[in-house]
Amino acid sequence: MADLCTEFLGIKSPNPFWLASAPPTDKEYNVVRAFEAGWGGVVWKTVGEDPHVVNVYGPRYGALLGSDRRVIGFNNIELISDRPLKTNLDEIRRVKRAWPDRAMIVSIMVPCEEESWKRILPMVEDTGCDGIELNFGCPHGMSERGMGSSVGQVPEYIEMVARWCKTYSKLPVIVKLTPNITDIRYPARAAKAGGADAVSLINTINSVMGVNLQTMTMSPSVGKQGSHGGYCGTAVRPIALNMVAEIARDPQTAGLPISGIGGVHTWHDAAEFIALGAGTVQVCTAAMVYGFRIVQDMCDGLSNFMDQQGYTRVSQMVGKAVPSITGWNNLNMNHVEKAVINQDSCIQCGRCHVVCEDTSHQAITATKHGKRHFEIKEEECVGCNLCVSVCPVPETITMRTLAAGEIDKRSGKKVDGNYANWTTHPNNPVRVAA
Amino acid sequence: MSPTEATPVAAPDIRAGRLDAVQYRSQFCDAHPPLTLAQARIEADRCYYCFDAPCQTACPTGIDIPSFIQRIADNNIRGSAHAILSANPLGGMCARVCPTEVLCEEACVRNTNEDKPVEIGQLQRHATDAYFDDPGAPLFTRAPSTGRTVAVVGAGPAGLACAHGLARLGHDVVVFDANAKPGGLNEYGLATYKTVDDFAQREVEWLLSIGGIDIRNKTALGRDVTLEQLTQDYDAVFLGVGLAGVNAIGIPEPDAVGVRNAVDFIAELRQAKDYAQVPVGRRVVVIGGGMTAVDAAVQSRKLGADEVTIVYRRGDDAMSASRHERDWARTNGVLVRHWAAPKEIIMRDGRVTGMRFARTQQLGNNLVETGEEFTLEADMVLKAIGQSMLAPPLRAMVELQGGRIVTDARGATSHAKIWAGGDCRVGGRDLTVEAVEHGKVAALAMHAALSA
Repeated sequence: MADLCTEFLGIKSPNPFWLASAPPTDKEYNVVRAFEAGWGGVVWKTVGEDPHVVNVYGPRYGALLGSDRRVIGFNNIELISDRPLKTNLDEIRRVKRAWPDRAMIVSIMVPCEEESWKRILPMVEDTGCDGIELNFGCPHGMSERGMGSSVGQVPEYIEMVARWCKTYSKLPVIVKLTPNITDIRYPARAAKAGGADAVSLINTINSVMGVNLQTMTMSPSVGKQGSHGGYCGTAVRPIALNMVAEIARDPQTAGLPISGIGGVHTWHDAAEFIALGAGTVQVCTAAMVYGFRIVQDMCDGLSNFMDQQGYTRVSQMVGKAVPSITGWNNLNMNHVEKAVINQDSCIQCGRCHVVCEDTSHQAITATKHGKRHFEIKEEECVGCNLCVSVCPVPETITMRTLAAGEIDKRSGKKVDGNYANWTTHPNNPVRVAA
Repeated sequence: MSPTEATPVAAPDIRAGRLDAVQYRSQFCDAHPPLTLAQARIEADRCYYCFDAPCQTACPTGIDIPSFIQRIADNNIRGSAHAILSANPLGGMCARVCPTEVLCEEACVRNTNEDKPVEIGQLQRHATDAYFDDPGAPLFTRAPSTGRTVAVVGAGPAGLACAHGLARLGHDVVVFDANAKPGGLNEYGLATYKTVDDFAQREVEWLLSIGGIDIRNKTALGRDVTLEQLTQDYDAVFLGVGLAGVNAIGIPEPDAVGVRNAVDFIAELRQAKDYAQVPVGRRVVVIGGGMTAVDAAVQSRKLGADEVTIVYRRGDDAMSASRHERDWARTNGVLVRHWAAPKEIIMRDGRVTGMRFARTQQLGNNLVETGEEFTLEADMVLKAIGQSMLAPPLRAMVELQGGRIVTDARGATSHAKIWAGGDCRVGGRDLTVEAVEHGKVAALAMHAALSA
């Protein structure tokens, strides 16, 4: 059995699955249930200054559903904890004492004033928690009050607050980043510059889930009006993976510990975040859709995968796929692939043909000798992978890499086995000499 | 078929009211309950929206199946119904009675990997049922009047589809039908559990709502009107007369109480206000191997018969009832016996008591008797070995072949003003959906001829 124990910023947890700061970690009752179910740690739902905020008592959540009502995307307009600070701190202290082997991180959001941070940090530290996470990410409600993502969108503020935290607290500091920004590397660099020990990302994405066309009202709405919420769930995972990888491979932040967040629903999703540089993952939507026991399936799957692959510790996987990500300019222009359709498993739906015909390169037949037959025309195929993407049968359309020296029927030229990228390409007006 | 034939006098072991009211209700409810909205959405999502979809090619009426399913998935029921009904105005009934397992669903590409096609028939029913429940503004409107009037003989699927098509194109249509109600086999020839809640009549009502179609019931060709007269009085004539004759079983058929045509039994049951008033034998023998035999046999069981046996002279694969139908019969406790031909109706005191059969076998191309015989006791014998066209009213006017009307692919007969379609046409597969296509295509052909 692979060892799922994780050490992140010196904080130990029995597995890398933490519950993110969100509704599931709002109070002792929930968190105890989570630990009973097996979660490795929690980031306690963001605490703030008293008087505590007030939430709406109407729809706070909305979902993007598949036809079988499987939740694909999710959004929320819930604010930070709407309970008194002392209540939260007392519960955090009790839970940490009862569950010493689990990671207990406390998420904090107070105004961007040094005094506010100076005041709250010792109170939080006094609970015995393992670390703090700075909520610079929430895109709704608090951001209008100069907190949350409105801080996360200004690198200078991030650096400033991170520095205050490192000054007034001994605890490890994790800065939670908002994705509602043009380049995620800047806030990450600012966090590092401010002395933060790690970043966690992504927080939720600004979103309107839909419009009720009968009432012409956005949804979800509170009465006759709604407000944009924060988008999360499976649908945001690709965005989150990219942002995690951006930070992992940025020379200025490479090696900065990352807690990956965004659409982790399975062990597989978690392993992807870890492979792109995350030391732990944080989960919310999966728990809100299935309940806490989903962590057991995540742990089991990750453990089996690691056994199959020969990994004995999670840390061995961290960042393993980062070198595989590069800029477009570095892609090998001499690499040529062609799609191949396995005629034995093809079910003849013809979707590959019609999408290639209508929207791509007219590289797939519809008939052969007058009969329905789908086959790649290599002389037209640019290897774009569209057919692979739309084929409903796994492994039926695959990509074949042409060997060096083989004729590419489309260009009529031999495949050059040497690496050559755009920077040296003859068509590049600003090429550099090869 | 003569659905108005009087019910035979009940013999001691042919009785009505074998079950209680609760049992009748459960026996004759929908054989295949419709999909719920949730089920329909999930099933619709299984459709791959194939290019040049094989299911559409397999549908005799060419319904754009991927589109109608996509429209269910994206909550556009009216659009879904339009996709179905524009290709097949009797798409509601076809959704219930089509042998989808040998048509669209057999062609579904999902079979290859999963052996489980998209439930196209059930989805079609979902869309058409939902539409008929709340039709709203008319789906189809009539073109400006052409001033032409067409006679349609037979208000079955072919005739109705033809009438609807002609009415859409701006022609006026007069439909003549021998029965008391329009619908043909949809109204008289299907098992009750295939079309509950008077669906056949509701569908006809919708079909006629387009306007311009005048139905004259209880008007039989050859009795009340002649084909010659129709060709004189109307601009064109469509014959969708079906197969109103019942084939003989080829042995002496004494006038015995309990011996009936299966089609009459089925029609009586369909028209019954109360199933408890329909008599059935305790032991029933059904002779034949088609859908009619299955419908009659299963309904005999459902009426409370103890033993129901279908006897067919060839093997299972030769039965014209689909595999699905044969399984349905067995599921309902019908015993199917193969390789046996009727030899004698055994009777006593004027009523049937059993049937003697000869065992048969295939020798080369010939079906021969083996010399062995057996006897089945029966209170009721239902004959279901096929129907034939009643030719006399037509013979002098249109060319026939093998007792059916010869037409070209678009339904034109040997007579310049007469088109034909449905079961009465040579070369058909005796499918409702094919009859609809015949009527639809003939309407276009007639329109072209009338517009020339």
